[in-house]
Amino acid sequence: MKVCIFDIKRFAIHDGPGIRTTVFFKGCPLECWWCHNPEGITKDIERFLEEVELDGILMEKEVELGRWISVEDLMDELEKDRVFMEESSGGISISGGEPLQQADALFRLLELSGERNFHSTVDTSGYASKEKMKIVSRLADLILFDLKSMDDEKHLKYTGVSNKKIIQNLEIALKGSAEVHLRIPLISGFNDSPEAIESMVDYLEPYKRLKVVDLLPYHRLGSHKYQRFNREYLQNGFKAPTKTRIGEIEKTFEDAGYSVNIGG
Amino acid sequence: MNERIKKLRTQSQEAINRVSAERGLLVTEFYSQKGISKLPVSIQRARCFDYILRNKAICINDGELIVGERGAEPRATPTYPEICIHTLEDLDILDSREKVSFAVDAETRKVFDENIIPFWEGKSNREKIMKLLPQEWKDAYEAGVFTEFQEQRAPGHTVLGDKIYHKGMLDIIDDIHLSLNKLGSNENADSQQQRDELEAMEHTARAIIMYAERHADLLERNARKLDDKSDKKNDLLAKRKAELLEMARICRKIPAKKPETFHEALQYYWFVHLGVITELNPWDSFNPGRLDQHLFPFYTKELEAGTLDRESARELLQSFWIKFNNHPSPPKVGVTAQESSTYTDFSLINVGGLTADGDDAVNELSYLILEVIKEMRILQPGSMVQISQKSPDKFVMKALDIIKTGFGQPSCFNTDALIEEMTRQGKSIQDARRGGASGCVETGAFGTECYILTGYFNLPKVLEITLNNGIDPRTGNKIGLETGNPADFKDFDRLMDAYRQQLEHFIDIKVKGSNIIEEVFASDMPVPFLSILIDDCVVNGKDYNSGGARYNTNYIQGVGTGSLTDSLTALKYHVYDLKTNSMDKFIKILAMDFQDYEYFRYELLNHTPKYGNDEDYADRLFKQVFDFYINAVEGRKSPRGADYRINLLPTTSHIYFGTVIGAMPDGRKAGEPLSEGISPVQGADRQGPTAVLKSAAKIDQLRTGGTLLNQKFTPSFLETEEGMDKVTRLIRSYFKMNGHHIQFNVVTADTLREAQKEPEKHKDLIVRVAGYSDYFNDLGKDLQDEIIRRTEHEV
Repeated sequence: MKVCIFDIKRFAIHDGPGIRTTVFFKGCPLECWWCHNPEGITKDIERFLEEVELDGILMEKEVELGRWISVEDLMDELEKDRVFMEESSGGISISGGEPLQQADALFRLLELSGERNFHSTVDTSGYASKEKMKIVSRLADLILFDLKSMDDEKHLKYTGVSNKKIIQNLEIALKGSAEVHLRIPLISGFNDSPEAIESMVDYLEPYKRLKVVDLLPYHRLGSHKYQRFNREYLQNGFKAPTKTRIGEIEKTFEDAGYSVNIGG
Repeated sequence: MNERIKKLRTQSQEAINRVSAERGLLVTEFYSQKGISKLPVSIQRARCFDYILRNKAICINDGELIVGERGAEPRATPTYPEICIHTLEDLDILDSREKVSFAVDAETRKVFDENIIPFWEGKSNREKIMKLLPQEWKDAYEAGVFTEFQEQRAPGHTVLGDKIYHKGMLDIIDDIHLSLNKLGSNENADSQQQRDELEAMEHTARAIIMYAERHADLLERNARKLDDKSDKKNDLLAKRKAELLEMARICRKIPAKKPETFHEALQYYWFVHLGVITELNPWDSFNPGRLDQHLFPFYTKELEAGTLDRESARELLQSFWIKFNNHPSPPKVGVTAQESSTYTDFSLINVGGLTADGDDAVNELSYLILEVIKEMRILQPGSMVQISQKSPDKFVMKALDIIKTGFGQPSCFNTDALIEEMTRQGKSIQDARRGGASGCVETGAFGTECYILTGYFNLPKVLEITLNNGIDPRTGNKIGLETGNPADFKDFDRLMDAYRQQLEHFIDIKVKGSNIIEEVFASDMPVPFLSILIDDCVVNGKDYNSGGARYNTNYIQGVGTGSLTDSLTALKYHVYDLKTNSMDKFIKILAMDFQDYEYFRYELLNHTPKYGNDEDYADRLFKQVFDFYINAVEGRKSPRGADYRINLLPTTSHIYFGTVIGAMPDGRKAGEPLSEGISPVQGADRQGPTAVLKSAAKIDQLRTGGTLLNQKFTPSFLETEEGMDKVTRLIRSYFKMNGHHIQFNVVTADTLREAQKEPEKHKDLIVRVAGYSDYFNDLGKDLQDEIIRRTEHEV
């Protein structure tokens, strides 16, 4: 079984506990305006020409974005940092794109990871079928579940999809065996108003299994990536909330009983 | 830091390096006396030592608590004309050069011109050595295949054990008498030589006692002067007077008798240190090694008795730190400054590790010393932490807490690996546990080993010579073997075999040269004072330079393993596997320095396997190259009975070595620096730090006497407790894989670029260079550029 990936990042220390290796699956059903991994959106390999300079000479080079790899080979790649993972109680992380877009490969990878005693984390937008969400919340050890906005109209406008399925899936994920951390990208003017935050807190109130919330203040990182392959850059105009506002949001969640990480 | 230390620190930082003629003149006076040359050489050296200490100026700086300067004032740096002579031209260069200059005043210049140079010309050790070395050695040396440490400095590179904390000089003299009695009245030549050596040792032990007493005399005089001044009751003066009298008391007690207080122990060490670096100019500074272990008994005893508290211990340690910083390394002669474009002595205080019995050695004093390192933030002494499996995380985190302030100290060492390296070499496990690392990363049994660094070895240069069938393309001279035209090699193994043959050829030449030099030092330059400090010279009645130490090792430091591995990898990949270019063509492209082959160079740099990415294609060759090197060196014995061994560290020689090599198959252009230590080629590692550590751990580091691995982090990485914890795990994992050493440069490239533009605003910017730290401002621009280029692992 093969999977299309666009990167493997070793010494990833923001995608779950300890020292981890994160693999990025290619393909995502969402198209968030602030996306900083735009190379993860299209599902297959992308090729484009890029100008590079060496010794004062400009040359055009073909760049290939993404590669297909068998799940077994991928697992071997991820296993390379076992010594660091064991020492740090780390593990492997699967991100994207949306890993559940290549669900069979994801499930196989999680099974292999379990057999080899790795701690596994899946970073998901939550946009997938209920069945798939059920399986992943059984196979993974930790799910980093992204929740962007409770306002469906805004959600649709800025991510390209409705949040209904995502909200349903969060409920499913919280019933599985995996631990769930909620990840909220914070974007000024999109989801950082007191009302927007209150509505999230209210909504989450009944789900007592949810204990950890990661707040990810938006950062402008992706513009050079967009330029590379002529994808329209929609980030102009977005801003991170101010430090003060982030502090207030942190406090709101803490007061509601969550353990909060900033930057995740 | 209290006011006193602040003042002393500023004085030390602002003191100007000066060439001092004092020692050179005293040595010249001594040897000009009639009848000296008729004395046995060891006696000559001992009396010369005594003559210097008896006649040199005594310096006591205002407010200081530990006394003694090698020169007449801080940073006044002597020369060693019996080893090598500074010409007038050398002095002019030292005086005027931009980086790390040494001021030379007219009087000093005159003394060199009229006294020192005329007397020593034709007699110095360097000239003797150069006459004896064979032509093939000189050819290889001039081609830049290797360097030679002992060409202008004495063998050194040893570290003191715990001897002086248990024995005064009078006790050591008793030991010398025991050895003399054992010799009896045996008349053979060997016994006579031993008797002379033991007599010389006693002479130096008495000389250092005399030298301490001269300090006591001056301290007392200074105290009396305060009496005259203090017509009014002045608390400050009274306090200083009490201090001076206490210091005088200490100088009358030690080093004659063993120390009993914390202050006595530090002052004793400092006299011994001055003795060692005054006797000769041993390479890579001598240092107290396991300071937290040596001082801990004094610390706890005094704490219990109430005669010392943590703050006064801190102040004494800080005063001690300043003494090191007052002593730059003696400047070189000739135009060899390039070899080491920065120059400091390499004292490396070891903190932590294991006790001789194998228990965790981290103690309260280890933490206090780490605090001192952080507060002092000075170049010398350098510092390192020894981390064993038993060391607490708290200790590692405390070290990282200093590392993240970005001055490159302390570096991190794997105690368990150090011990295993030493036991493999045949040291007892207890001696191994008492040891550590010195200089940059060199493994040693402290107090019992004479381990000599013989010079850096340019591993990639040998590939260039191999590719040119024994000819050095830079000069056209044939200096290697004729291993065949590489265009005729039918497979890659044939190339590797040719490389191995060339390597063995040059190691033969190197070792022959080192053996000749070693014999000159053994016969003409004994060091009786250093010999009384290192076991078992006294018991054996044998000088340190003649094999008197319990353990003897000669190291050859391999340089450029990353550049060599990547070059071999590129040849294998492009010539034999992908066949993108023939060998003939590839060599022609190198000769053109990639001119008109930029596309190919781009492929070499970006789409060719590289060491440091945890990929076996390149890493397997790294292992093979390592095996070639270690097999070529190990199994050889030196005249004094030392085993030749390897370590992998460059100091700054990777820059000099780069200047003598043309374009390399890995895409490196002519003249650029080589990779340093076992670090990947600058910028070749693209998979992050874990991949670098995995690659580096693929060689059997336990078979070396030290490897150096640099990693650079931006400060952001260590901002949080969590980040620090993850770096702790990173270090522990590397050490689990038997990694020897890792050091972190925590600084942003932007900061460095700013510092390059506006050096005056970044005077205190210290960076890790390669196994040691230096002021960024004092580095040459090429070295500055290289440090900026080193991969930053941004997170």
